[in-house]
Amino acid sequence: MVLLLAVNMVTRAGFSLKQLKMWGIIRQKVAAGGGSPVARIRPVVSNLRNYSSAVKQMMVREALNSALDEEMSADPKVFLMGEEVGEYQGAYKISKGLLEKYGPERVLDTPITEAGFTGIGVGAAYYGLKPVVEFMTFNFSMQAIDHIINSAAKSNYMSSGQISVPIVFRGPNGAAAGVGAQHSHCYAAWYASVPGLKVLSPYSSEDARGLLKAAIRDPDPVVFLENELLYGESFPVSAEVLDSSFCLPIGKAKIEREGKDVTITAFSKIVGLSLKAAEILAKEGISAEVINLRSIRPLDRSTINASVRKTNRLVTVEEGFPQHGVGAEICASVIEESFSYLDAPVERIAGADVPMPYAANLERMAVPQVEDIVRAAKRACYRSVPMAAAA
Amino acid sequence: MRFISESSEERIPCYRVLDDDGQPFPDSSFVKVSEGVAIKMYNDMVTLQTMDTIFYEAQRQGRISFYLTTSGEEAINIASAAAIKNDDFVVPQYREPGVLLWRGFSMQEFANQCFGNKADYGKGRQMPIHYGSNKHNYFTVSSTIATQLPHAVGAAYALKMDQKDACAVTYFGDGGTSEGDFHAALNFSAVTEAPVIFICRNNGWAISTPISDQFRSDGAVVKGRAYGVRSIRVDGNDALAIYSAVHAAREMAIGEGRPILIEALTYRVGHHTTSDDSTKYRPVDEIEWWRTTQDPVTRFRKWIESNGWWNGDIESELRSSVRKQILHALQEAEKAEKPPISDLFTDVYDVSPSNLREQEHSLRETIKKHPQDYPSNVPI
Repeated sequence: MVLLLAVNMVTRAGFSLKQLKMWGIIRQKVAAGGGSPVARIRPVVSNLRNYSSAVKQMMVREALNSALDEEMSADPKVFLMGEEVGEYQGAYKISKGLLEKYGPERVLDTPITEAGFTGIGVGAAYYGLKPVVEFMTFNFSMQAIDHIINSAAKSNYMSSGQISVPIVFRGPNGAAAGVGAQHSHCYAAWYASVPGLKVLSPYSSEDARGLLKAAIRDPDPVVFLENELLYGESFPVSAEVLDSSFCLPIGKAKIEREGKDVTITAFSKIVGLSLKAAEILAKEGISAEVINLRSIRPLDRSTINASVRKTNRLVTVEEGFPQHGVGAEICASVIEESFSYLDAPVERIAGADVPMPYAANLERMAVPQVEDIVRAAKRACYRSVPMAAAA
Repeated sequence: MRFISESSEERIPCYRVLDDDGQPFPDSSFVKVSEGVAIKMYNDMVTLQTMDTIFYEAQRQGRISFYLTTSGEEAINIASAAAIKNDDFVVPQYREPGVLLWRGFSMQEFANQCFGNKADYGKGRQMPIHYGSNKHNYFTVSSTIATQLPHAVGAAYALKMDQKDACAVTYFGDGGTSEGDFHAALNFSAVTEAPVIFICRNNGWAISTPISDQFRSDGAVVKGRAYGVRSIRVDGNDALAIYSAVHAAREMAIGEGRPILIEALTYRVGHHTTSDDSTKYRPVDEIEWWRTTQDPVTRFRKWIESNGWWNGDIESELRSSVRKQILHALQEAEKAEKPPISDLFTDVYDVSPSNLREQEHSLRETIKKHPQDYPSNVPI
């Protein structure tokens, strides 16, 4: 399967209005239907609180590229493989410049066989190399899932420690915009159910850099779920984040916004929506705490539970299908460990239980929107809300 | 306008050295095998055959849960192992324990794995015959079919990047060639010029599926050309032919940085596994014909006897000593303790995660509280 999307290449401008637009959580052209770009521009100054001494802006795409570059430079065993990663500079330009810098032995353009090149990557990892296998989208990883799970995830256990598999599987996950059912599936819950795998999902550029570096350095197989719509988003990054030794711990969530009335858990693009929802809720007197999970497996149960014990209310948000989703696991964890702290039933927001439709208006209805998160938080706080899905 | 025919007039010829009586064909060329190597080859073929017989019986008696034999394929196992070196990475399917045997895996180590006792290198986590050993460069067997093919290509690629004087060697059956992984592995090995030897044990049967239902090509060897992979068809029951072909393949794979496909024609004399009764889908006299007249072990014996390196007395001595050894290993393995419960929780990740450590602790507490519910012969 090969999919080439005409991605709008958002180029970096100087200090200009254009740059200010890119600063926030805005998409210029590829909108997920509904709402004009102008309406979504928010003054981003309030978000600066979360980033220490932010001086530089960095796009997620660049964050991933620089992380790959630095790790390949530091360790000759690291190499990249996938469709279009070399000559084409990457289907989403994540591997731009790497072929030129490291040569065809370390940046491999593969034939169209996810099952094949994933198996080959795993074989190389068995030997001791550190492959980074790119899926054009995780939808295509289903062709390779036998190798990810049976050849990579379980090998250390089945061989009782004789075979370690230091491999990273990365690529865009979940819904993009107008790509239909076979290109919009979220695999977080699928992979996170497997012992032997680690599953990460970054939101900001800091997340992207720190978590990808951690994943590449980790001796266990890691599934790294990116988001196509985040690639062009810019976030402030500190000098610490830009340093080549920067690394984030696997298994630790980040509290993006502190609050005291309700806990909202999210990962990837939904973190952005949750932060916007928190802004709206703040105006109505509800102080929401937004947790960026960063790591789906291992899940940072202690941070989540500590937060719920503080706020007593929980809203889990994800883009994927509701049944057996990430939210279900978080809900179970909170009920097991913090049941008596809950003042309201757990609210679970997920994508609609239908294969993703294509038409923009239908797609908008199938994916959580800011209004859905706001309504769920209000329900958790026992404020009455209209039942209709549209605000 | 001309269509290429779906099959050629003649089938691809088969390389043979020894005739059915174990005598070299007059015009055959082959890589010379010294007396020492030939004796070891024969010893290991007999050991493999005997181990299969005894362990199969042990399963029938209920002492182990599962087993599969290599009957009829002893030459492929041992001769191919003899032709490669210890640094070459072996990525097996599951019908190649002979390769591990050649490299020095002992009867005791085989038996330990089958019983899943505490000396098992696999810590009791896998079914019998899923052997694996880092120190013997033999990757742990996994049940999935043909997944090892792209793994071998990846490992070979890594060997090439490291500029090692070694190659990857991988085995699979006729059935395995139908898997998507076969296609990807061969294709990719040619594109990346990986030093890998693909050895197809075409034994005629994939459980109950005969090759006529598996593919319509002239076996597996013709598929090599389709991918740009040099290939050869060999008599799989002829130890010297296997030895020569694998020896040459290894030189080409490493020297020229290319993959090689070897199709070894043979017959699966035994049932697919202990869960199978092949008399249900194939005639008994067919099985018997292959088992008796085409036995690769007998054929090789005739050759070493004609060289004056072997005789009937050494034969009986070998067979009885090997049998004793295997029975002893079986008994020791059966008596040995099972792995401790800590082995349930380790190796999921490189570093044990907190949830598993908690669960292990909680399990131990539960055992302390209810000792009567825990089997007394299983160590804690």
